[in-house]
Amino acid sequence: MLHNFGNALSLVFKSLLNRRATAILTVASIAVSAGLLSIVDRVRTDTQTSFANTISGTDLIVGARSGDLNLLLYSVFRIGNPTNNVTWSSYENIGGRPEVDWTIPFSLGDAHRGYRVLGTDLGYFSHYRYADRRPLAFGEGGPFTSATEAVIGAEVAERLGYDIGRQIVVSHGLADTSFLTHDEDPFTISGILARTGTPVDRTVHISLGGMDLIHTVGGADRVAPPVAGYEPEEITAFLIGLKSRTAIFALQRYVNEFEGEPMSAVIPGVALQQLWGLVRVAEYALLGVSAMVVLASVLGLLATLLVSLNERRREMSVLRSVGARPGHIFALLLSEAAMLAFLGALSGLLLVQLGILAIRQFALSEFGIQLSVQLRAFDLYVLAGILGIAVIVSIVPAWRAYRNSLADGLTVRL
Amino acid sequence: MPGTALDPEIAIAISGLRFGYGSGDDILALSELNVRASQRAFVYGPSGCGKSTLLALVGGVLVAREGVVAILGENLSVMKSAARDRIRADHVGFIFQQFNLVPYLSVVENASLPCRYSRRRLQRAVDAHGSVEKSAARLLSALGIGEELRSRRTTDLSVGQQQRVAAARALIGRPELVIADEPTSSLDADRRREFISLLLSEAGRADSTVIFVSHDASLATHFDVAIDLGLSNTAPEPSNAA
Repeated sequence: MLHNFGNALSLVFKSLLNRRATAILTVASIAVSAGLLSIVDRVRTDTQTSFANTISGTDLIVGARSGDLNLLLYSVFRIGNPTNNVTWSSYENIGGRPEVDWTIPFSLGDAHRGYRVLGTDLGYFSHYRYADRRPLAFGEGGPFTSATEAVIGAEVAERLGYDIGRQIVVSHGLADTSFLTHDEDPFTISGILARTGTPVDRTVHISLGGMDLIHTVGGADRVAPPVAGYEPEEITAFLIGLKSRTAIFALQRYVNEFEGEPMSAVIPGVALQQLWGLVRVAEYALLGVSAMVVLASVLGLLATLLVSLNERRREMSVLRSVGARPGHIFALLLSEAAMLAFLGALSGLLLVQLGILAIRQFALSEFGIQLSVQLRAFDLYVLAGILGIAVIVSIVPAWRAYRNSLADGLTVRL
Repeated sequence: MPGTALDPEIAIAISGLRFGYGSGDDILALSELNVRASQRAFVYGPSGCGKSTLLALVGGVLVAREGVVAILGENLSVMKSAARDRIRADHVGFIFQQFNLVPYLSVVENASLPCRYSRRRLQRAVDAHGSVEKSAARLLSALGIGEELRSRRTTDLSVGQQQRVAAARALIGRPELVIADEPTSSLDADRRREFISLLLSEAGRADSTVIFVSHDASLATHFDVAIDLGLSNTAPEPSNAA
């Protein structure tokens, strides 16, 4: 029996230090695999959170008939393109129903220097909610008050260096640099929204009238339409907030069976679930590959220990001669494996933490994904899992050392 | 005699011993071999006559097929392996031919190693000099390993120096029995003589019985008794080859 645990641990530590080159490599390979597993899961859950945070408080999204997912993606996430439009009369019909509290019209299809342009009305600034029902707030300025004013998201302002009062030009279509620019229709920035961590940050907002203005072919005789009360012929989609959520399914059915034109109404949460269902396969594939990398690194550990056994036979029989029992030899090898696995997993997780601190800003501005910094339960599972697997796997070399120590007696002739 | 109380004045008592590996032929057979307490015994014989096997049996690492192997009045042949390990840890110090030291431990840590596994030897070392480290330092000094050598890595020590560290380790905590398996075979004649006399004087101070094994019969003059294992071993010769 060892007289104290610290003593035993120091033996393990010194033994590993003696073979530090292989020990460091083993720790490094375990660190990489642990870090990979941790980062894959973190990006996975943080992406889900970011997506889920993009829209809140909206009960239904309505657009021309298409897949639920498609509608959700192009209207809220500005991913992909709408297939068709919705007429203003249908919008008014549905928006006028008694169970509807508010509506926000969306008109999409144009871009400014790579950022999508959204035509909407003032209801957007008062009714749109993100994250946990947080309203939009202005960092500077205020909503557009005329058809030639624009409100930009925080990232647009930051990346392009725009301030209040700056004149910008909207290009027709979504291309970054379009030759067909509407030079004659500059918009003046009236407000910059505070950062939300959602696609709103990457959007240029103008009024529905402003949207029509840039699509109207004509000269100087065009008249700027008013912001309030302007009625375009068509819009792309609209969001609905209900007075009572109990009416969701009835209204959804009403929209889906609407006689005027084919439309779809989706519940954001339901469409998001569809999205997760779609990407889950890829997520699990990534997690699976990461788990295989972990397994490979633990097998590397096993190989290292097995190789070291032969050169350590002499050492083991010396330990036996001074009173170590075969159980001590078994425990020594098991502890060495556990120590390597623990150090590896821990340093991997720390590296991920440091890495996230380093790329956080980039991930947020580039992909709109808010990476979390705090330690997560999953990280502890990774740590415990790697430790557990390493200990189980290293029973093999530990058992061999145990057998050797019994068979060799005190005299190994090498 | 087997199973009866044994005389504690007899450090090692072997009778009717037969040993072989697995299901193979006997390679060691001894009708009787006794070493009295505090005696310094020399066991010699040619390579393959069963010297190392005998030491592993006395150390309780191997178990006899038949007969009694008793140390300090305890019959190892009837003990469970954990009990034999306990006896070895508490009462026996070993010195081997070479590669005696654990490479990743310091000189003092190597010399103190038995105190990690035996509470009894730990206690005796502390009682004697106040702490295990002091006890190790005193033994090392007595054996000619001065302070400047103690700070070196064990792998940087010469073979002779390594053997002295091993001797200190065998003697720490004053075990009743010190078993040395050809510890001087890699030393030149002068160093050999010096090592043996240092070992024996420190063993005398610790009141330890010494079993010293060698193929070199000329060393017998240093010891109280000499046992020719080649003659004593009655196992058939051909299977003795190592």
